[in-house]
Amino acid sequence: MKVGLFIPCYIDQFYPQVGIATLELLEKLGCQVVYPTGQTCCGQPMANSGCERDAVAAYHHFVQLFHAFDHVVTPSGSCAYHVRNHYDIVEQTEEVKKIRDNVLDLSEFLLDILKVESLDSRFPYKVGLHQSCHGLRGLRLGQGSERALEKSSKLDTLLRMVDGIELVEPSRPDECCGFGGTFAINEPAISVKMGKDRIADHENKGVEVVTAGDMSCLMHLEGIIRRQKKKIKVKHIAEILNGTQP
Amino acid sequence: MKEHAQKAAEFIRNESRTDWHDEALWFVRSKRDKASHSIGEWEQLRELASQVKDNVLSNLDGYLEQFEANARRNGVQVHWAADAEEHNRIVYGILEKHQARNLVKSKSMLTEECHLNEYLIKRGIEVVDTDLGERIIQLKEEPPSHIVMPAIHLKKEEVGELFHEKLHTEKGASDPKYLTEAARQHLRQKFLAAGAAITGVNFAIAETGGVVVCTNEGNADMGVHLAPVQIHCMGIEKILPKAEHLGIFTRLLARSATGQPITIYTSHYHRPKAGGEMHIVIVDNGRTAQLGRAAFRNSLKCIRCGACMNTCPIYRRSGGHSYGYTIPGPIGSILTPGIDLKKYSGLPFASTLCGSCSDVCPVKIDIHEQLYRWRQIIAEEGHLPTDKRQSMKWAGRVLSKPAWYNVIGKLTRWAMMRLPRPFLYNRLNEWGKDRELPEPPKESFGEWYRKREKS
Repeated sequence: MKVGLFIPCYIDQFYPQVGIATLELLEKLGCQVVYPTGQTCCGQPMANSGCERDAVAAYHHFVQLFHAFDHVVTPSGSCAYHVRNHYDIVEQTEEVKKIRDNVLDLSEFLLDILKVESLDSRFPYKVGLHQSCHGLRGLRLGQGSERALEKSSKLDTLLRMVDGIELVEPSRPDECCGFGGTFAINEPAISVKMGKDRIADHENKGVEVVTAGDMSCLMHLEGIIRRQKKKIKVKHIAEILNGTQP
Repeated sequence: MKEHAQKAAEFIRNESRTDWHDEALWFVRSKRDKASHSIGEWEQLRELASQVKDNVLSNLDGYLEQFEANARRNGVQVHWAADAEEHNRIVYGILEKHQARNLVKSKSMLTEECHLNEYLIKRGIEVVDTDLGERIIQLKEEPPSHIVMPAIHLKKEEVGELFHEKLHTEKGASDPKYLTEAARQHLRQKFLAAGAAITGVNFAIAETGGVVVCTNEGNADMGVHLAPVQIHCMGIEKILPKAEHLGIFTRLLARSATGQPITIYTSHYHRPKAGGEMHIVIVDNGRTAQLGRAAFRNSLKCIRCGACMNTCPIYRRSGGHSYGYTIPGPIGSILTPGIDLKKYSGLPFASTLCGSCSDVCPVKIDIHEQLYRWRQIIAEEGHLPTDKRQSMKWAGRVLSKPAWYNVIGKLTRWAMMRLPRPFLYNRLNEWGKDRELPEPPKESFGEWYRKREKS
């Protein structure tokens, strides 16, 4: 199966290992993965700051690069959510409509399209899953604790396929980490406080590695962890599913 | 627009108090989860409520006229107020007519919104809020910090101190039962002396012309039953078409607000008592304008349960006063820009857009989506700080041109690797105050991929 790989800008620049893990994992699962060169960003940073007009050029660029693929896979629920939900301000050409239908978060692609039932990876650590908000409540990759529906989580399902992993649920299963894009610098005090609280929740449960579907949440948490010289680690879910050790 | 951020930072400076505030509200959110998840049809109820409200908002003019006609038929005097000023004038006029100098009020966010208390007090009326939380903050001369639990920001010791000063309770006493009893005795005198009683309105039924008020303390009934004149103040959006719709909303309201299956009192007022007078004041105060904004009209579905506040990770860590408006939290942040876009331009940004508010909302208001939409309008209307506006323009340019993006990415990583720490971590770096920047890798994913393709 031929898939287009979309690597979000901050992963490209700061966390290439997440992109590599995603690519390797997809290839291991038999996909023919194409990474169109010249990728930049989905446009979310501008749009979430109220400047979606300034993001339109990035939207067009994204559509142009990816519209030919039947599936565009990205290790980011947040970016996938943005393309699907907020590319509504540009003309809805066939290409735009197609892209908005076909951008998938990695977990959706693995479970809904590839219908993966097992994985060849081992990660013998106590892992806490951070449910990134845009994936959880935007893409509905699981049921948030707010809704009176049966509990489920695509990320949790995938992590359970990993050998040796011990999954631990924090006491607040899906509270926001406080990143929020430019919120992290507009409201640094609350942003950091929220992050500290998330980390403490995982630490109290004995978690060794916090994982998530969005590296942006983990970038924020890791920034606090490193500043406070804590032992707990972060790993994107693609790395764990691919068997990357901490 | 940085006002919320500043107030939040002040609030957080006392971290243990922030934790206490966060936990208190999270406790309410957890109670709400338990109560709502224990009935099988919760999600259907939300959908139904949302649809009833859609119907109401689409036919508001007709329902309001029907409500007025039925209320008048019941012997109620109905008044219409275009704005806060007119509302206050009408209420004062009624009190004047009856020479009522002592007024008791049960909770009403609308009268808070209209600043009725100040208006009446200036004209020599004694106004006593009778909801315990409201009375506490009234004695403390503070605005409410929450719409359901107005004094949630105060600890019982602080209430004890306040009561000692104002109600002469024992010094150092903080037992909630003792303090509540003191408030009851104090309020009893006020109830008995009141010349008029005001209540808010949770629901107004078009079919019957009656209004419904939900309280836990029975203070609305106490006021209304004892005073010769009763006044009910409502926003135009409080309408429900029929009495049969009420059950959907009372079930949702109490569970969402406090995790109770129903409020202790659900009071139905249809007509004046023998020898008494009943007035209803119907207020617009910007609601019609909001109804006319397609992307934001849904905000008028709000039943003021406060669940979005209890769930909001930002509200819980910044307190209601950080929002600077009567209705704080996520719902306040989508209502206020419609009132004064410039003044409240920071509030839609006081959110990570995590979406929890939209999912707890019992009437399914797409709160986080509206926050996103308000942000666009705030930027378009020029209310973003110039540096932010400019940086986004540049980001937009760079992020649509791969060559620029690659060069700037590489330069940034180079700088992060080579520059001495003080160059990177200074007062301009808001990220770096309490967080490390990511450790820059030698090559980007794109660079790694191109190498791999070559080999």
